[in-house]
Amino acid sequence: MSIRILSAHEARTALWAPYFISKVPAGFPSPADDYMEQGLDLNEYLIQHPAATFYCRVSGHSMKDIGIMDGCLLIVDRAVEPANRSIVLAVIDGEITCKMLDTNQQRLLSANNQYAPTPISAGSNFEVEGVVIHAINSYVGNC
Amino acid sequence: MRLIAMLAIVDCNSCYASCEQIFRPELRGKPVVVLSNNDGFVVARSKEAKALGIEDLQPFFKVEHLLRKHNVAIFSSNYPLYGDISNRVMTTLRQFSPNVEIYSIDEMFLDFDGLQEDLNEYSHLIKQTVWRDVRMPVGVGVAPSKTLAKLANHVAKKHRQGNGVCVLDKPHKWEWVLRRLPVTKVWGIGKRLAQRLAEFNIYNAYDLAKANPKIIRRHMNVNVERTIKELNGIPCFALEELPPAKKQIYCTRGFGHKLTEIEPIQQAMSLYVRRAAEKLRKQNHLALTIHVFIHTSPFEPNYYSNSTTVKLPYPTDDTRIINQAAKQGIEHIFKSGYRYLKAGVGLIELVDKKHFQFDLWHKGQPIKSDHLMNIVDKVNRTHGKGIVHLASEGFHKKWYMRQNFTSPAYTSRWSDIPIIFC
Repeated sequence: MSIRILSAHEARTALWAPYFISKVPAGFPSPADDYMEQGLDLNEYLIQHPAATFYCRVSGHSMKDIGIMDGCLLIVDRAVEPANRSIVLAVIDGEITCKMLDTNQQRLLSANNQYAPTPISAGSNFEVEGVVIHAINSYVGNC
Repeated sequence: MRLIAMLAIVDCNSCYASCEQIFRPELRGKPVVVLSNNDGFVVARSKEAKALGIEDLQPFFKVEHLLRKHNVAIFSSNYPLYGDISNRVMTTLRQFSPNVEIYSIDEMFLDFDGLQEDLNEYSHLIKQTVWRDVRMPVGVGVAPSKTLAKLANHVAKKHRQGNGVCVLDKPHKWEWVLRRLPVTKVWGIGKRLAQRLAEFNIYNAYDLAKANPKIIRRHMNVNVERTIKELNGIPCFALEELPPAKKQIYCTRGFGHKLTEIEPIQQAMSLYVRRAAEKLRKQNHLALTIHVFIHTSPFEPNYYSNSTTVKLPYPTDDTRIINQAAKQGIEHIFKSGYRYLKAGVGLIELVDKKHFQFDLWHKGQPIKSDHLMNIVDKVNRTHGKGIVHLASEGFHKKWYMRQNFTSPAYTSRWSDIPIIFC
């Protein structure tokens, strides 16, 4: 059986539905009923600008030393202003990659000592596609 | 304090083509075309594709050699992607006004009444924000009325100096534009109306603005009179809060290839019925009558076209009942020996569900049907359109439309999200 995973925007309503400990109206109510808070919503925690946020999958090992592993899920926000040492999705000469931004030395850094820094030259059509705000590494099931 | 209340129209440049460039940055600045349902016609072109001389609504087979020669990127329509991107654009635009109207998949009106900021700067901020957050290039037209705003938007697109923004906040500014545009460019004025206006010596938009509204109303209709007022800076068409419920709901599609047997046509019809019934339930109406039609290609000899209306046993929104009626309709009009190109169903007599009362003497939709349709809609909403459907739609849809160049649904399917090479 395969379950279709809900998309981020639908999950927003599904997860926060409040619930009551006691199902039956008759009998003693739970002392906690009046104090119940809403459930914790992962979407609220992870995503600040839904319209500007998208997901992508990592393939490769050049960012492993900061925990972005091969196969993990990235949450990217275009509305966040990239700054020095931001992890960004960058486009150089038409190719998208994930790297750390080094504005002081105008270059892109990997997090893996097998990869050298990539300089950002003036004519290379460099553009930041978004800032990586979370990386989700899964340890169970197909990630 | 601004004396005239202004409004803006923001629209996406080459919407579908631009959507295809969002997750393909290497295609930005390159020629891109998007094809219609069935890969039949060119329905969207990037700026660069337009520059190559590829015209709108050209049949694909006619321009294919030109597209291949210039390495134009070709895409089938990817509505899940376009719908999602459109939502993102609309959400992003809402922060710029408390009162907005979504006009179409790629256009939104924004009320600027009460805005203190400089109109040009604000419009540029809107452009920059939509590009930053969604990677969609947009044009902004600002004016006192919807009709003028649409013209301003047209100017914003055509004139490079404006950088995609055009503000017509004074009469001399909009009159300058009106003098230079033919009357067919005015919102609501098509070829036919333009011909009739020519009889009154009205050729450009300025001529129309200066025409006598009462005379025009007598010879045409009240909407043209309103258009004249709008061209003079007097708003007559207000921003609508909600789109009006449709008075008729149609679902019509061409087949992937021509069909000669009744069975595949019935299968296709079941799909169209399902889609139409979903829209019916969404707007809380019941249908009393349906209209079905089929026809062969008008470009081939031996043209056959027929249609019929079928009255439903009782006012209903139940897909199964409507499907039965549609089946009967097709059986009635189908003739063998023809190669059918297209079919469709229309739900034509609609009543508001809440105004309808069933009683002992008027047979109506059983509550069980309501519940079943409710559950079907819920499951389809959560797990994907069409997951629950009638078996009569068939399992191997040989008649389903051709789509040979579809891009991934980057933002709505986990299996389709972009892969980043690190």
